[in-house]
Parts: sequence; structure tokens; C-alpha cells
Amino acid sequence: MSSDSTSFSPVIAGSALGSNAAAPATPKNVAHRGGALNPTVDAIRAQFAGAVLRADVVWGETTVVVDRARVHDVIRWLHDDPSQAYNYLSDVTAVEFRDLEQPIEVVWHLRSLPYRRFIRLKVLIEKGTPMDVPSVWDIYKGADWLERECYDMFGITFRGHPDLRRLLMWEQYKEGYPLRKDFPLRGRFSRSEQLRQALAANPEARYSKEELSIADAFEDLPADMRRRLDTGERTGE
Amino acid sequence: MATTKRTVEVSLSTTGLDAQGRPQRVPLVVDEAGNTVALEAPPGMEDEPDLSGDHMLINIGPQHPATHGVLRLVLELDGETVVRCIPHIGYLHCGFEKIGEYRQYNQIIPWTDREDYLNSPGNNVAFALGAERLFGIEITERCKVLRVMACEMSRIISHLVWLGTTCIDIGAFTPFLWAFQQREKIYEMLEAWIGARLTTSLTRVGGMGADIPDDFIPKLSAFVNTFPKVVDEIDRVITRNGIWVGRTVGLGVMSPDEAINYGLSGPMGRASGVAFDVRKDFPYLDYETYDFDVPVGTNGDVYDRFLVRMEELRQSTRILEQTIKRLPDGPVNVDDHRVILPPKSRATSDMESMIHHFKQVMEGPRPPIGEAYLAVESPKGEKGYYMVSDGSSKPVRWRIRPPSFVNLSAIPAMVEGHLLSDVIAINASIDIVMGEIDR
Repeated sequence: MSSDSTSFSPVIAGSALGSNAAAPATPKNVAHRGGALNPTVDAIRAQFAGAVLRADVVWGETTVVVDRARVHDVIRWLHDDPSQAYNYLSDVTAVEFRDLEQPIEVVWHLRSLPYRRFIRLKVLIEKGTPMDVPSVWDIYKGADWLERECYDMFGITFRGHPDLRRLLMWEQYKEGYPLRKDFPLRGRFSRSEQLRQALAANPEARYSKEELSIADAFEDLPADMRRRLDTGERTGE
Repeated sequence: MATTKRTVEVSLSTTGLDAQGRPQRVPLVVDEAGNTVALEAPPGMEDEPDLSGDHMLINIGPQHPATHGVLRLVLELDGETVVRCIPHIGYLHCGFEKIGEYRQYNQIIPWTDREDYLNSPGNNVAFALGAERLFGIEITERCKVLRVMACEMSRIISHLVWLGTTCIDIGAFTPFLWAFQQREKIYEMLEAWIGARLTTSLTRVGGMGADIPDDFIPKLSAFVNTFPKVVDEIDRVITRNGIWVGRTVGLGVMSPDEAINYGLSGPMGRASGVAFDVRKDFPYLDYETYDFDVPVGTNGDVYDRFLVRMEELRQSTRILEQTIKRLPDGPVNVDDHRVILPPKSRATSDMESMIHHFKQVMEGPRPPIGEAYLAVESPKGEKGYYMVSDGSSKPVRWRIRPPSFVNLSAIPAMVEGHLLSDVIAINASIDIVMGEIDR
């Protein structure tokens, strides 16, 4: 069926048996800090002068801190360059530290399936600067929900994402970004307030206007529902 | 018209079939107004009268037996063809990652039970491995083999649940009962091992919650000997069954490039021909020393995902056989009382053990400053735990990389162009667990 469209190349380097390319799973030979850098780091440095702000190895995993303005180019190159071939995006997430002076980190975990390599890219967002980074959705389609979740939980805007909406929380969620350190564990609103808001929500709040426009269902709605949808008022309060 | 037997069988129930009698994906086109519509006449149906009209909105879920949890799909239908699929998730969101930032490492292990609750032992092992990398602990040989045992047992459980529920979705009831009978045997073993069936909390940082009981190995050997026969039986009943083939072949096809680009992992990716298995490519727990094969599909459709999972059941049994042979004697936990509680008898009798016990319970073990991402091959795919430590006894950030979350995010690409009834089969083939997706 799709066998003619395959261009997936098998593993080029590294073997499952005692390979040094594979990430070490047990810390027997692995130092807490230091060790062999992933060779990709030197390649990035050669290709993008000055883009690598810092590179270090923690527990055998290479972390590269990249300039925020150039991270999209770096990831694009890592994906496209046949000698790197980081074709698999494992994860996109962010880290905020308890020390609120420390910058928020946006973290990409990339894998090169052909070369069996793993690398962690980071961008530091200093406090007080706009919380936006470029989206890698145009490189990896798998970034769609990962970036939406990161936006939902941290409020980081991924520029270029086609549909950056809340994912796990509902669209009318008003309490902010739950994984930020200034967000209390129990939430900002009391349980009774949360319950009141949930009960006050209108049925049409479950659908976006775009969804209701399917099959002209929007036109069939009562006038007050249409007015609320038009004005973006969704909770019926 | 010369027809094969299979063509006659399935063409009774479905329109839009190809020459082999397989359901065909209807090409979608964009009309002048910019709307996505199905071609007015699907291939082979040019003579049929044109009944196209308004598009229809169908809402499936969040409470629907075929969505395997609280998944909600808003579908735009042109006739019976899906032209757009908008998934909604988050109904089960509990903030696991936030709660993890307020818990010591060993206290997080019960939370890992509850995300992918069909694979609790595997999650426990994955979290413990990640934490041990963060702490810099080398676990004992016996612990490694026991953990492999736990991982493969939970892989069998998870695949059996997948098999049973998917059979029900597609209309076969008998394999569900056979699968759940076998699953019950593993749950009995787990209950004897750790005292819990579903939420096992099997591991601790640096070891296991308990060593296996005396009669565990004979029970596991009996299971390993009888289980392949059951797999063969299910295989005989459904693998070449006309209805099963007709309802699964050619659905939700993902090419290898698409599969990698969408981040599909586990059986989803392997069915598309991507030979990526964390156990082989980035080995942990000495998986590189076990002899097992990674099944890889060719077409990337629902049927191939089924075949891959069936073969993984057999390969997991093979690994279990090897763990029984190689299980060494010796301690299960590391001999390091900064992370492992001393035995209760010593904690009440000698001062040093009591101090260790007190410090661990009250303060918790403290890893050095650093971070670790550890991925394991869960039954659903690459499950990763990313932990960041600032040197305190609680992680700054505990991130779960849920495989079925990423796999599910590709569902619009898989279902668009298919019939409404095929959405159920495609959704089932992803093997989603909403506890893991919403966390």
C-alpha cells in the first residue's frame, strides 16, 4: 500500500549490543557531570557560530542551550541534515525553577533514529522577557499537541503553531497556567467557585463556533446562544 | 463478475471497496468555498445517484464505550465520510506533574500507577530507573531481572486488554473473554508479589517494594508454558477471519515517514515499518542481552498494528522465559541507606538504622543537582520521565512523556477520509489510555 512511498532508512550507526552511541541506562560508567559530549554539539557549533550558549553533559545526556532567535534554524538543520538526521521529536516541555529569578527553560528532546543519538536542546527565557519561542510544528507534526500542552500549562507561546489553544484545560479556564510555580497546588479558585462556574456553563460552551458552523448547526441555535457565541461570551454569567 | 469469497462477504456491509474488497479511503478535495469535502462519487460508485448534501456534526464521547475512556471526538461528516476530526481531551486531567513537584521521589511512585493504569508495573520501573539515573544509583542484578519480569508481565496485560477491547469494538466477543482470563493469571501473580493488582507501586528508588514470593517462579513458568497456546488460539480465531480482515485492513494508514514525523512510537510506529524500539535502540535494564525480536509491519494500517501486538505477546513470553532462567540470587535493594529504608527490625533496635529511617521518612532522599530523561518501551510506545532536581528531596519538574498522547494526536490524519464506522477501529488501534493522556 504505502510501501512505494517509503524512504525510511534503517539504522546507520550504533548497535543495540554494547553501543557507545546508545544512551547509558545505568550510571555505572557515567559521571554526574562531564563525559563525552554528543558529537552533534560540535557540528552545531561549526554550522551556527555563536548559537550554542552552553553545552554540558549531565548523567551522560548532552544538553545544549541554544540562542532563542536561532533555535528553529538549529532544529530545522538537525532534522534535515543527513549527517545528523534528528528525525524524531520525543518531547517538548518547559521547566520553571523554585528560584523565581532563574529563567524558564523550554526543552526539546530529540532523537536521531538512524544514528541512535539523543540530544536535549534548551532555550532560556529570562524573567521579564516575552514568553515566546518558535514552533517546530512545521518540522515535526508530532509537536502539535506537545506545544499546545506546554502553552496550556506554562503560558509559553509557540510562534507559528497553527492552532495554539488550550489542550488539557478547557478554553474558558480563567485561573492561569497550572504548572507555573506561582500557581498554588489547589488552584486559585475555591472548590465551590469552580463548581459554580462549571454549573453555570452553557451547553454551547462545549463547542467552538467553528465546530458549530459545521452542518450550519450555528444557524439553528436559539438567538441568545448565537449572540453569546458571537461575542465570545461562553460561560453564561 | 468473478468475485473471490472475501469480496462477497465484506461488500455486503460496506460501500467504497477496492478490488480486494477492502474499505477504501475516500479522497478529500477543497471546493471553491474553501471547504473540505469528499469527492462526490467515490471510486467505483460513479453510477450511484448523488446524495451529497449538508455536512453533519457528530459528537462521539466523552462518555462512549468505544472511545476507551473520556475521549471526545467532534467529527464533520459528508454522508458517512469523515472530512474533519477535532479531538478534545483533558476530561481526566488531575495535574500529576504538578502534584509530583510537592512529593518526594518514592511518594511519586503511586502516582505513576495511575497514569497508564494498564501498565502500572512498567511505569513504576520506568520512574524508578529515571530517579536512579538522577541519584546515580546502580541497582543490583536481581533487581534488574525482576524489573524486566515486571515490565514484560505488564506489557502482556496491556496488550491483552487492548486485544479484548478492540475485539469488542469490531464485533468479536469471544477473544475478549480469553484475553481477560489470561490477564487474571498475571494479576494473581502480581497480587502475590506486591499485594495489589492494578495499582502496584512495585518499585522503590534503588530497589523493589518486595522480593517475589516462593511460589512465584513455578506460577510464572506455568503461565509462560500455557500462554502461547492461548495466543495461537486467538490467532486462529481472528487473524484470518473475513470480518476482522475486512474491518481492519487498509484503515488509518501511516507511512513510515509520517509515523516518524508524527512521533508515533511503540506498536503504532512499528506497524508502519519504523523499527524503533527503545529496548533495542536505547537499551535499559540490560535488554540488549535478552534474545527477542521486534516485529515490524509493512502497511501501517490497523491490521498491521494488530499483528505487531500479537507478535509482541509472544516475544514478551520469550523474554519472561529468559528472566526465569537467569534470575540470580542476592539482594534486591541496593545497600545504601540514604535511599533504601533499613529493615524494620533494625530500625527499632540499633541507633544508626533508626536515624537513617527517620531521615528518609521525614526528609526523603536528595539527588544531586541535575536532570535526567529516561525513556522505556511501554506497551504504548516511548514512555519518558524527565526529572529536574535542584538538590532538594522533591523534583523541580517531573514530566511524563506519554506515548498514547503523542499517538492520539495523529488521529485526525488517520481518520479523515474514512467512514464513521472505521473511526472506531482506528481509535481502538491506537491503544489509548486516557489516564496517561490527560494525567
